[in-house]
Amino acid sequence: MPDQPVTQSLLFGRLTWDAIPLHEPILVVTFIAVAAGAIAVLGALTYFRVWGYLWREWFTSIDHKKIGVMYVVLGLIMLLRGFADALMMRTQQAIAFGENAGYLPPHHYDQIFTAHGVIMIFFVAMPLVTGLMNYVVPLQIGARDVAFPFLNNFSFWMTTVGAVLVMMSLFVGEFARTGWLAYPPLSGILNSPDVGVDYYIWALQIAGVGTVLSGVNLLVTIVKMRAPGMNMMRMPIFTWTALCTNVLIVVTFPVLTATLALLTLDRYLGANFFTADGGGNAMMYVNLIWIWGHPEVYILVLPAFGIFSEVVPTFCRKRLFGYASMVYATVVITVLSYLVWLHHFFTMGSGASVNSFFGITTMIISIPTGAKVFNWLFTMYRGRIRFEVPMLWTMGFMVTFVIGGMTGVLLAVPPADFALHNSLFLVAHFHNVIIGGVVFGLFAGITYWFPKAFGYRLDPFWGKWSFWLWLVGFYLAFMPLYVLGLLGVTRRMNHFEDASLQIWFQLAALGALLIAGGIACFLVQLYVSFKRREALRDTTGDPWGGRTLEWSTSSPPPAYNYAFTPLVHDRDAWWQMKQLGYTRPQDGFIAIHMPANTWAGIVLAGLSMVMGFALIWHMWPLAILSFIALIGVAIFHTFNYHRDYYLPADDVARCEADRTQLLASHA
Amino acid sequence: MPEHTATLSGDAGRQFYLTEEHHVKNGTLLGFWVYLMSDCLIFACLFAAYAVLGRNFDGGPTGADLFDLRLVAVNTALLLLSSLTYGFALLQGRKGRIGSLLGWLAVTGLLGAGFLGLELYEFTHLIREGAGPQRSAFLSAFFALVGTHGLHVTFGIVWLIVLIAQIRMHGLIIPNKRRLMCLSMFWHFLDVIWIGVFTVVYLMGVLP
Repeated sequence: MPDQPVTQSLLFGRLTWDAIPLHEPILVVTFIAVAAGAIAVLGALTYFRVWGYLWREWFTSIDHKKIGVMYVVLGLIMLLRGFADALMMRTQQAIAFGENAGYLPPHHYDQIFTAHGVIMIFFVAMPLVTGLMNYVVPLQIGARDVAFPFLNNFSFWMTTVGAVLVMMSLFVGEFARTGWLAYPPLSGILNSPDVGVDYYIWALQIAGVGTVLSGVNLLVTIVKMRAPGMNMMRMPIFTWTALCTNVLIVVTFPVLTATLALLTLDRYLGANFFTADGGGNAMMYVNLIWIWGHPEVYILVLPAFGIFSEVVPTFCRKRLFGYASMVYATVVITVLSYLVWLHHFFTMGSGASVNSFFGITTMIISIPTGAKVFNWLFTMYRGRIRFEVPMLWTMGFMVTFVIGGMTGVLLAVPPADFALHNSLFLVAHFHNVIIGGVVFGLFAGITYWFPKAFGYRLDPFWGKWSFWLWLVGFYLAFMPLYVLGLLGVTRRMNHFEDASLQIWFQLAALGALLIAGGIACFLVQLYVSFKRREALRDTTGDPWGGRTLEWSTSSPPPAYNYAFTPLVHDRDAWWQMKQLGYTRPQDGFIAIHMPANTWAGIVLAGLSMVMGFALIWHMWPLAILSFIALIGVAIFHTFNYHRDYYLPADDVARCEADRTQLLASHA
Repeated sequence: MPEHTATLSGDAGRQFYLTEEHHVKNGTLLGFWVYLMSDCLIFACLFAAYAVLGRNFDGGPTGADLFDLRLVAVNTALLLLSSLTYGFALLQGRKGRIGSLLGWLAVTGLLGAGFLGLELYEFTHLIREGAGPQRSAFLSAFFALVGTHGLHVTFGIVWLIVLIAQIRMHGLIIPNKRRLMCLSMFWHFLDVIWIGVFTVVYLMGVLP
């Protein structure tokens, strides 16, 4: 949309037919493909009459397991979008040299790199991490659900609405062209007068509400709902990392909310927080956003560390080495993550003392992180290692992440940072830790807990293909970027003059293609595993020889998780139960107190979406109406005092008897 | 795992599950407290913004030019008093006197509304004088911080009205008691924030 529409209508604000990008063939083709896919999916859902089922069993569900699965589905769908952006960028940079302008004009290219960053962090990594925590944490601590089941459903839908708004910007209007953190004054109203930054702001604000609430929810769940006997130092490490991550979410996402709100005031009301004139201070935005942004990367990577800490002992058949040091390392990282934000802009010029402080705190983080790596290594040492797919991801992580960590320490040296700042070296570094740490961890976690969630294992053949393609693809895609960064190439360029650089970009593009193959293999793996589900069936509930409580219940677990609340005597609670010849209870079941499904979450989130869309396009009457409706529905919902029910003891007994039969038939 | 078997020998027959319902402690108050702390961080950012920008007048009016401390003193008194009356309401609630509980809640709401009225008067007055949020970074930060607090008070009053209706409908049942405690924390929290606003924005703002 090259020009800002001059007139604004009362009802439609600045939304006109010009906002539909009919002049951009790439977008038109994408739109047709997405629309055709959507019509096919919606048609199929209608044809097979599953809407009622989806609504009753999933959309309105407050079961933490189903919400966890929905988060993971959201993350995987958005991964495809975010990765499509990555492929487009890699292709553009591989061909756009000299005379060749490539196929993406700057206007479009800038939106793509912004959307890629925003989607990968907020709508891929965050939903996947939150989804795994949602699914696994209540099971690991022997709880029936989270502390606030309704809020959990609401949080999920708010996150989804954020993702939907970002997707909408593809076809109605445009997305921000500012980079994923939208630094002012570029993101201010003078330099970005169109709707792109507004899509960015409202998508993140709405998703942010969901993230904070889910942070509060899981935090309270872990503090209050652990099974009797599970004191803090008996919590599984994944639960520990989830606790620290949710503490970080609660203490950092409000900073993002406030920062974006101030940017909103600048853009909508003409305030002067970050403007170049009027006494504004753009560097304050950069400080504030990184006070959120740096802990955010630990929000993502700590649960990944937790996953590795579950995978390694399980597949080495050994107790985790250095449990206490693992806990302390996690807590130290949590605290330190709040004290390093300035290393993202050493070049601001805050002086040698300030830069030294932040450089040193940054380097110190590598100490607890290194301790963790040694703990995993010592757990493997003299263990009986089984090279199953989750273990492959873990070992790929251990090598890759250490390399990424070392380039991080390099960047933490302020004088080196002055040379490498804003270069492709930095891009290579953070992809090295995010892919090598977070993504590998998530794939390990998904493969590890998939049989728990669905009752059958993922096919290892395609899983191994996926892993190797990802691993080799990663090195091929990002090692050239280190080289380019050292050669002084800056990031976010859509065209280059120096032909000698082209080979490196071509190698990187090849790497991206290999990663695409890895993602394809993962999807094939899901399909093949579903087809072969009878052969891959997990009848025991404990397919890997696990050590923590979630493996003591059936796969998939019943809605109530545990017929009786477990009593915990040891860190590896389930391992100890197996050692001591635990037998499942067969009778004496009691009615179980359960939360009831509710429509309120999806309706409130839907209204938030309408409000967000109206605010983006300046449709003031619609914005006001939807806001009033939002408050009205929320208040109406508080008048509902019947939010729970008792699952009769007979139902529990029937469910448990089925499992007894299943276990006996495969014994 | 020699370590393992050593510690486990002789442990056979240990109980691994509860045979009765496990009564999980209600986490609402903790959850609400954590939420308040996250809200507190939003205010922390707004305070930080004010601290950075509070003297960037851009040639426009300063705090000393604009603030009427007598008005703010009345305002502060109203809000602090409303925290006191909320406390009275809770005491009546503890004795089970629903009528006077509701009465004190209503007084609390009216005091809050008075606070908001004075704040709105101050805002319109400033904007009419040409000292709106667009004038300078100082005024942007002022309106954002004080306005966010005001929005919270507005939300608190809406909540108060809803809660009065709910207590009238269902009496002091456990969920309503819990809500009363949450709103109490919320209301006192806004008081604490206001003391910060009063000190940092108004008292320090009128200094030369």
